[in-house]
Amino acid sequence: MATKTQELSDAAAEAGPGMPQLDFSTFSNQIFWLVVTLVVIYFILSRFALPRIGGALAERAGTITNDLAEAEDLKQRALEAEQAYEKALAEARAEAQQINIAMRAEIQAQLDIELAKADAEISARTAEAATALAEIRDSSVNSVKDVAKATAKEIVAAMGGKADVKTVTAAVTSRMKG
Amino acid sequence: MATETHSELEDGLVFHPMDQFQVISLVGGDVEWFTITNVTLMMALTVIVIAFIMIFGARGRALVPSRSQSIAELTYGFIYKMVEDVTGKDGVVFFPYVMTLFMFILVANFLGLIPMAFTTTSHIAVTAVMAMAVFLAVTIIGFVKNGFGFLGVFWISSAPLILRPILALIEVISYFVRPVSHSIRLAGNMMAGHAVIKVFAAFAPLVLISTGIGLVVTPLSILAITAIYALEVLVAFIQAYVFAILTCVYLRDALHPHH
Repeated sequence: MATKTQELSDAAAEAGPGMPQLDFSTFSNQIFWLVVTLVVIYFILSRFALPRIGGALAERAGTITNDLAEAEDLKQRALEAEQAYEKALAEARAEAQQINIAMRAEIQAQLDIELAKADAEISARTAEAATALAEIRDSSVNSVKDVAKATAKEIVAAMGGKADVKTVTAAVTSRMKG
Repeated sequence: MATETHSELEDGLVFHPMDQFQVISLVGGDVEWFTITNVTLMMALTVIVIAFIMIFGARGRALVPSRSQSIAELTYGFIYKMVEDVTGKDGVVFFPYVMTLFMFILVANFLGLIPMAFTTTSHIAVTAVMAMAVFLAVTIIGFVKNGFGFLGVFWISSAPLILRPILALIEVISYFVRPVSHSIRLAGNMMAGHAVIKVFAAFAPLVLISTGIGLVVTPLSILAITAIYALEVLVAFIQAYVFAILTCVYLRDALHPHH
């Protein structure tokens, strides 16, 4: 390893001046061209490149700000539209509710009338039927009385007795009551 | 084995890690101050690349940037934000100046990483001029803006009174050392990285001379070149950034000398 290092320094020594950086004869050349280069770069950047890029960036920032403001505005409008929609919906709902209640009341009233009417008819019919039933019962009781009187008269005659109409009738009537 | 390698090394391997830093005239003759050299060539390339990125790349000005436009705008935004954050609102006037330094160093560093290229920023002459320009600008701006109040940068009012003269001495020394460290940091980093790559590159053809040891050394040196190259890509950016942010820090002292 030592030999290699030795070799290295030997080679460096052979190459002439160790560091070209310290060769002062080239300094004026480098400094001259450096100054020229820096002036040219400064001119290019400050005259052309930087104003243009700065302008493009400012333009973009402006556009973004405007777009954001516009988006905010649109959002506000969308919110308003939503509120209006919600309001309309609530109103429609309330109206529907009212219509519903009114309709129900109307139907109820009609129903009540119909029910009363039907009740009246039912009671009328019932009364009618009761009268008819009573008539039928009366007539049947009379028929039975007649038949009983006739039968009793015939039985009395068959037994050989003389049937007094009045007595028989009275007897039958009293029996049928009992 | 060692002596064997030694003799073979003498014949085959050539170590000239510093040759890549030589300033060479491209038109023949001696290197005068106006001679077109490889320095001129690389700096001209730097200007062309910067113009390409910052003007041609950003020519679209589209609302939604294209890729090349994004590169220019991100670089702009990166440096602009750095200048604004470090120096404050009133330091923004120096933005083109900082941007010039950053772009020059960044592009020159990256161009220097191209094989066979010359790295202008590896020369102390180049970095010292830039650092001295920053130093002088900071000093002049400091006195113009604050008058003798600029000397407050050396007088740390938050320290105990007894310590202040000592701290002031240290501050003065560190103030004048700034251009040295500012320039040597960049030149040293660039030079060291490139020299190390060159040393490993010199070891790489060992397999052609001594197959036995070369089978080990050659792949290792190629691997090392790759690794150091990757590191150098990182360093190329970091050094440009460090130079730019230190410029901003010094400018802040000039604008707001009171800590």
